Amino acid sequence: MAAREIKSILATDCGSTTTKSILIEWRDGRYRLIRRGEAPTTVEAPAEDVTKGVLNAVGEIEDLEGRQFLNDEKDGILVTEDGRGVDMYCSTSSAGGGLQMTVAGVVKSMTGESAQRAALGAGAIVMDVVASNDGRLSHEKVSDIRRLRPDMILLSGGIDGGTIDHVVELAEVIRAADPKPRFGVGYKLPVIYAGNVNARTAVAEELEGTAELKIVDNLRPVLERENLGPARDTIHELFMEHVMAQAPGYAKLMEWTGLHEDGVWRNVPIMPTPGAVGKLIETVAEQLDIRVMGVDIGGATTDVFSVFDSEGRPVFNRTVSANLGMSYSVSNVLASAGMDNVMRWVPFHMDEADLRNRIRNKMIRPTTIPQELEELIVEQAIAREALRLALVQHRELAVGLKGVAQERTIGDAFDQSASGATLVDMMALDLLIGSGGVLSHSPRRSQTAHMLIDSFLPEGVTMLAVDSIFMMPHLGVLSEVHPQAATEVFDNDCLIKLGHCVAPSGPVKKGGVLASLKLTMPDGSVRTEDIHSGEMKLVPLGPGEKVAAEIAPAKGLDVGEGPGRVWTGTLEGGVVGLILDGRGRRPFNLPEDDGERVEMLQKWSSALDTYPERFLSLKGDR
Amino acid sequence: MAFAYTPGLRVAAVADIVKTRRLPLKGQVLVNRGDSVQADDIVAKTELPGNVKMLNIANILGMPAQDIHELLAVKEGDPIEEKGVIAQSRGLFGRFFKNTVRSPVTGVFESFNDITGQAVLREPPIPVQIDAYVNGVVDEVLPEEGVLIRTRCTFVQGIFGIGGEVRGELKVVVDSPDREVSPDMITPDCAGKVLVGGSYISNATLRKAVAVGVKAVVVGGFDDKDLKDLLGYDLGVAITGHEKKGITLILTEGFGRMTMARGTFDLLRSRQGMKASVNGATQIRAGVMRPEVVIPLSGDEVALKDGGRQAGAMDIGSFVRCIRAPYFGRLGKVASLPPELRVVDSEARVRVLEVEFEDGSRVVVPRANVELIEK
Repeated sequence: MAAREIKSILATDCGSTTTKSILIEWRDGRYRLIRRGEAPTTVEAPAEDVTKGVLNAVGEIEDLEGRQFLNDEKDGILVTEDGRGVDMYCSTSSAGGGLQMTVAGVVKSMTGESAQRAALGAGAIVMDVVASNDGRLSHEKVSDIRRLRPDMILLSGGIDGGTIDHVVELAEVIRAADPKPRFGVGYKLPVIYAGNVNARTAVAEELEGTAELKIVDNLRPVLERENLGPARDTIHELFMEHVMAQAPGYAKLMEWTGLHEDGVWRNVPIMPTPGAVGKLIETVAEQLDIRVMGVDIGGATTDVFSVFDSEGRPVFNRTVSANLGMSYSVSNVLASAGMDNVMRWVPFHMDEADLRNRIRNKMIRPTTIPQELEELIVEQAIAREALRLALVQHRELAVGLKGVAQERTIGDAFDQSASGATLVDMMALDLLIGSGGVLSHSPRRSQTAHMLIDSFLPEGVTMLAVDSIFMMPHLGVLSEVHPQAATEVFDNDCLIKLGHCVAPSGPVKKGGVLASLKLTMPDGSVRTEDIHSGEMKLVPLGPGEKVAAEIAPAKGLDVGEGPGRVWTGTLEGGVVGLILDGRGRRPFNLPEDDGERVEMLQKWSSALDTYPERFLSLKGDR
Repeated sequence: MAFAYTPGLRVAAVADIVKTRRLPLKGQVLVNRGDSVQADDIVAKTELPGNVKMLNIANILGMPAQDIHELLAVKEGDPIEEKGVIAQSRGLFGRFFKNTVRSPVTGVFESFNDITGQAVLREPPIPVQIDAYVNGVVDEVLPEEGVLIRTRCTFVQGIFGIGGEVRGELKVVVDSPDREVSPDMITPDCAGKVLVGGSYISNATLRKAVAVGVKAVVVGGFDDKDLKDLLGYDLGVAITGHEKKGITLILTEGFGRMTMARGTFDLLRSRQGMKASVNGATQIRAGVMRPEVVIPLSGDEVALKDGGRQAGAMDIGSFVRCIRAPYFGRLGKVASLPPELRVVDSEARVRVLEVEFEDGSRVVVPRANVELIEK
């Protein structure tokens, strides 16, 4: 079956908490999302088989659609060429803790960091960066590798023709550690060598008998260029062959994904979820030529993706905060952010012991959802902190020499390592996309917008959007095999624009006007709006509605054109509207006085219609 | 779909369970298929590779790495003694000012690298033994790796625990599942036992239990702030079992004051005085693991009553426990499973079910907010 003949596609994403299924079909000349279903992920006992969750999630689509998508035995997906079931099935996965890697490089801030980026870009969680200069003694490195039990190790180091000794020393450490993989006693740990070509033989000799060694092109062949592609591809390949094949039920799932092409079965590899989302975000930034950030907050981890400029070129970065999430890792958000930081977003008083128990109960029963409004508000407060911390981590890694084939001079390279400035520039950001359960499934879209603004603090003019029903992973893997279907569904059904957010940045005086807007509305009328200090405001502007705008910031404040300079352009609405945020940036501070803080939170929530009015009377304590 | 899938904890009066006893590395299995074993019997053993010391001999002697090989006093694989000579420079005229490199450890001279000048010294292996953990029969031998032990037992899974495997006689210290365990209930005769409490235990009472020598406490709830005090840190991710706090703690319901499910309490009470194998290890992540109480039942006379119900299948009439506010901890039966999405208090549109509580009242809750209880 050729790509254009494919009329019906099933895709699943096996998350750490929930397995999500979507049905895409060719209708009226284009690909559209038809149905979605979901079910708890079943890596946990009693099922201990990921395919059970997949069958349940697809079964839900069957129920809703009233058609057959599972085979007659109900133990597989019905993929045929004769119109029954679907024409293609593909999947992503982050269940089972995702892909956990240790990376190694000679200099921590150079090859170590490049190796880290290669692994992150492939969708891995990097548990440790081992480097010759990381300050640990050799035996400490050995015991750390043993303790962490990575699924895979990426060994880099040395530019081509550079140091051999240090690279071999790192191989020695790996051999001495003799690490055992998490799954399966009998197989050898995969090690990818992507370092100095001249050290290949020595590294191979050192690791012979200890590891399953794969040698690929150097990921830093010269100082001023990264070549992350080959290492990334090999990580994907080994993830499938070694890690996934060992996790409960995956061997079966790997056989299910694919399509028939002219009577021959073609397998479509399962992608790690973050790898799939990253691919989609990179594609969006490239197609629209804009600066994009995406955040995907899951149950166990939070991923941040960005495309910002570095020396005039767009550079993609991805980080994963391995222990920031809304279910399995929810207690870690509390431990990392601190109780006060979580509580500052809750517009009512709560007893600390009670809140701690509630959060802990969510951790031990991760699939539960807030039934009461009060619980929802607390959960969204935690999400703000998880997102904020994930952004902090992203800023720290998205620095300096980034991305594939970035040319620099030696002088620039030294300059960059000295400065280490982050590429993340919230003022330059055009589009911020939120994804993941707490953002995609919030009962009101205004809640999603509010969470994104509070945690990421976009500056100037930024479009906010949400992955409507959390299907970026599905579309990411689909884009590998059927780009047209992926693009059409992304445009039509996946991305929901919430509206532009306008936030003047700079030192703010209490009570003043931060910026004045002159808006030429779709009907031709002219409307003026002032952004007052400490206020949030919602201007009604629906999806697709655009206004010509002039934004004149107060002296010293910036909305994108520099301090005090007028911004002229088009503002677009969305399902929430045009959001004006006068709470200030750099710094953004919540009132320290508890009463004043609660009052402001309530005021802002009312302005954005974030919660139903009855939230004003919530007391928290029961 | 006639049923909904939901995760659940197992509470079974009589069940056949199989425990995998696996070595961390390949080793020797000491029992055969069909053997009867007691919980304390060693079933497999191995030796973990010793810790590694790395010694850069070239740097110590101040010589190029490729010149070191002929100065080594030992060969790869040779045993070495602490302070024993492993390399020596030739010195002046072959006699004077010789530099000597001595081993910092006893063990084996594992390898030397001509490129880096580095030697790997390995300390003696660390012996590891695995016991049977439960009384039972060896069901299967995993060659060189371990065994599967089958046992007919009373089996209770908890929701969260800390501390590793322990064994002891079961002693119920409260008279009803809603009673808190108080310090006066921890008497000297509790030493070496597995205590079953009701709804709650405070940190102070738990510390008393440790002081008395209690092996484990199984209780409905515990405060998170007390957990932080007990551990000395805020637990980030739920991966437990390695804590060395002198006691194993298992929560059957969750955090806070939580009445233990009546069925769980009555079952444990009916097994009072019997030997229990208990493990607090919890991993709420990859390869999820819940804490457990295993009470092996003696002889074959105990008939297996564990129904053939499909694991995880929830039907009308299934027994469930609510696991989220506002009905947290309440038990009931599934009264209906409406297929359509409903809007709940938080305004979320979700799949729901109707639960009938023991007092006959009915409420609607999200399907995600209940768990199955086996009866």
